[in-house]
Amino acid sequence: MTSLEKYKYDVVVIGAGGAGLRAAVEARAAGLSVAIVCKSLFGKAHTVMAEGGAAASMGNVNEKDNWQVHFRDTMRGGKFLNHYRMAELHAKESPDRIWELEVWGALFDRTKEGKISQRNFGGHEYPRLAHVGDRTGLELIRTMQQRIVALQQQDAKESGNAESHIKVFAELTITEILKENGKIAGAYGYWRENGNEVLFEAPTVIVATGGVGKTFKITSNSWEGTGDGHALALKAGANLVDMEFLQFHPTGMVWPPSVRGILVTESVRGEGGILTNSLGERFMFKYIPEVFKDKYADNEAEADRWYLDQDNNRRPPELLPRDEVSRAINAEVKAGRGTEHGGVYLDVSKRIPADVIKKRLPSMWHQFYELAGVDITKEAMEVGPTCHYVMGGVEVEPDTAAAVGVPGLFAAGEVAGGMHGSNRLGGNSLSDLLVFGRRAGMGAVEYVKKNPSATVSEKAIADAAARIQAPFSRAGGENSYSLHAELQEITHNLVGIIRTGKEVEEAIVKIAAIRARSANVAVAGDRKFNPGFHLAFDLDNMLLVAESTAKSALLREESRGGHTRDDFPGMSSKWRQVNHISSFDGEKVNVKAQPLPPIPKELFDLFDIHELEKYMTPEEIAKGGSN
Amino acid sequence: MARKLKLRIWRGDASDGGLKNVEVEANEGEVVLDLIHRVQATQMGDLAVRWNCKAGKCGSCSMEINGKPRLACMTQVASFPEGEEITITPLRAFPVIKDLVTDVSFNYRKAMEIPSYEHPKNLAPGEARMEQVDVERSQEFRKCIECFLCQDVCHVVRDHEENKKSFAGPRFFIRIAELDMHPLDMLKNRKQKAQEEHGLGMCNITKCCTEVCPEHIRITDNAIIPMKERVVDVKYDPVHWLGSKIRKREGIV
Repeated sequence: MTSLEKYKYDVVVIGAGGAGLRAAVEARAAGLSVAIVCKSLFGKAHTVMAEGGAAASMGNVNEKDNWQVHFRDTMRGGKFLNHYRMAELHAKESPDRIWELEVWGALFDRTKEGKISQRNFGGHEYPRLAHVGDRTGLELIRTMQQRIVALQQQDAKESGNAESHIKVFAELTITEILKENGKIAGAYGYWRENGNEVLFEAPTVIVATGGVGKTFKITSNSWEGTGDGHALALKAGANLVDMEFLQFHPTGMVWPPSVRGILVTESVRGEGGILTNSLGERFMFKYIPEVFKDKYADNEAEADRWYLDQDNNRRPPELLPRDEVSRAINAEVKAGRGTEHGGVYLDVSKRIPADVIKKRLPSMWHQFYELAGVDITKEAMEVGPTCHYVMGGVEVEPDTAAAVGVPGLFAAGEVAGGMHGSNRLGGNSLSDLLVFGRRAGMGAVEYVKKNPSATVSEKAIADAAARIQAPFSRAGGENSYSLHAELQEITHNLVGIIRTGKEVEEAIVKIAAIRARSANVAVAGDRKFNPGFHLAFDLDNMLLVAESTAKSALLREESRGGHTRDDFPGMSSKWRQVNHISSFDGEKVNVKAQPLPPIPKELFDLFDIHELEKYMTPEEIAKGGSN
Repeated sequence: MARKLKLRIWRGDASDGGLKNVEVEANEGEVVLDLIHRVQATQMGDLAVRWNCKAGKCGSCSMEINGKPRLACMTQVASFPEGEEITITPLRAFPVIKDLVTDVSFNYRKAMEIPSYEHPKNLAPGEARMEQVDVERSQEFRKCIECFLCQDVCHVVRDHEENKKSFAGPRFFIRIAELDMHPLDMLKNRKQKAQEEHGLGMCNITKCCTEVCPEHIRITDNAIIPMKERVVDVKYDPVHWLGSKIRKREGIV
């Protein structure tokens, strides 16, 4: 074992996706030193997979759009379980965050007037998503990556050292967030390349680690989505909020098996794609829920007219929020009206000319042509739900992104909870990353002013080091790949898109059993770039996340957004009043209910009272907001 | 449906290594990365490979398959005839770390050498107006997923370590072209710098980079050749040459 590498920074950002990089830029702007730590190479973060766009009410395509409309759409999409303040900040600040990207070199698609073009998306009342074809996430990550490089070049010019303020530690896994005297003191991890251990001493840590999709069998997430930030924060004393809410994106690829789960962007529907079952029925008309009846067309003629005249027609039901579309597809397949490979058809070929499809959806065309042998300009795609996004996450103070209960810890992006309520609207994640990435950076800057340094004790270092060594000291134990596969099977079957209390209880028992066995994971080979070794740590994180999800899902006896209970199919105003808070006692995850912060009057008044009546209790309505 | 396949996978590190034979099952529709994962999960738990999205969007799983630089996630097993062995080796232009993982830091160093985008100083956020046709030229290059296959295949550096210092490679020529064609970028001497500092002149347009690009970016035709032509025009145009000497012009507009 080589000697321990030690660094001191003002801020350690875990995760180099959109949120982490935006946070780093903000902290650097205030003169702080920032370590950006990521499990992959720089520029490979999952942000790259976002396709459709970034939602911001710039009003470039429909000038009626503004932050209030965006706020309303976001709250509706989340079925009013969102933290109102996060949804408010997000709606107000997204346009500035998008325009700022242009200043850093981003090249979005344009309107005829030369402004940033905006496209329609599920749940958004007006065309709102800034985009670049169907590779918006790539544009965002590359712009942020290049912004970091630009800042490093500036530092090189000024101080002769490109890494004087920002250093990227690529392919480094953080295994622990360290605290001293109840406050953040740093983080500990190892280089994936050689297994050498690294200590960061820092008064602030920003987790921006993304999602948890790899906990599930069918997912659009890459290997990195193992809930690291969720678990690290939980173990450091933070809370997770509403972990029962998982978004199953309605349209993942279903065939061939090796690509099952890979995302088919919602833009396909935004551009006019329709969903049909094996009988050729455009089935979404049957699945418009009561709360959305006045916004969505109930017949084909009107739905088709909407593409030409959005002011006088209701939207096609293919553009309902994702949770609704996923449930509908699931129901069609269950009823025996699915395709040969257990999905439904998504067809864009009959509505849009081939050259336009190739221009607007280039990576979809490429993906289906290369991986499934399907030419989407001529044939329908087969699609079905895939685990895509976790709405739940670290409980934070909305304005600063500070994790509740852990001074010095911040969380932004998918790993943070609250913003999206029970269901995220497409397009709201890329803007979320930017808005709250920046706010986390600002939060860290303020915190460092009062807490300028941190030191980690020898004991904490020794404990962290022992944990990394452990898998090599166990002989003939469990295989991390098999345990991971077992976990995915359990979550898929028992805590998946449709749940029952009995199944979730069974899942809790089984997850605990795997957790017990995971203490026995042994690793073959040495520390040098050893995926079996890496998975051992990812597995720990996924197990905690799965436990938190299952326990929260058991408590919530209703169906709302990304949580559907077959035994409690309705949505209840009573349940809307509580969040589920997960904490970790060192052995197990405990979940308790916590009242949702009431919506202040000025935001309450943005809604039609009859709409609020569908979500809130008569007492809440009578109060009319909190002030 | 499943068939048995013979793979030869390069295993080792900078000090030593060689091809190892393995047999693995392949199912309908699978790509080479699926096979590598199956080998990893069942036979070689410590087999090192980079990958992320498994959908051709992140550019992590670059390697050489039967000698050709490719993304393992986009290489269909069915594209190889029944009975043919599949040989999988790490990218040749970069130093091996372990197995299929190479040290690609060369590319990140080069990225640091390319001057960044410069936004017009008096143009506030939200005020930019650009025509779609004008952004499309640069957008083609911004499709780059940084898989570095073009860097790997380029013969200027593939077997010539000594050229790496003065040659940025195709990925960074399209980066320069992208900025050069960006409707708002204010830095005006990019092509000249490409020629003088980043080794544009060393490229002799064999188009290997274009051929391996999984994003089908026309690297040579749309980025390298236009830049070379402009540089040559200016360099050998006596009026330009004289102007640049007399008025001490900073660069080529």
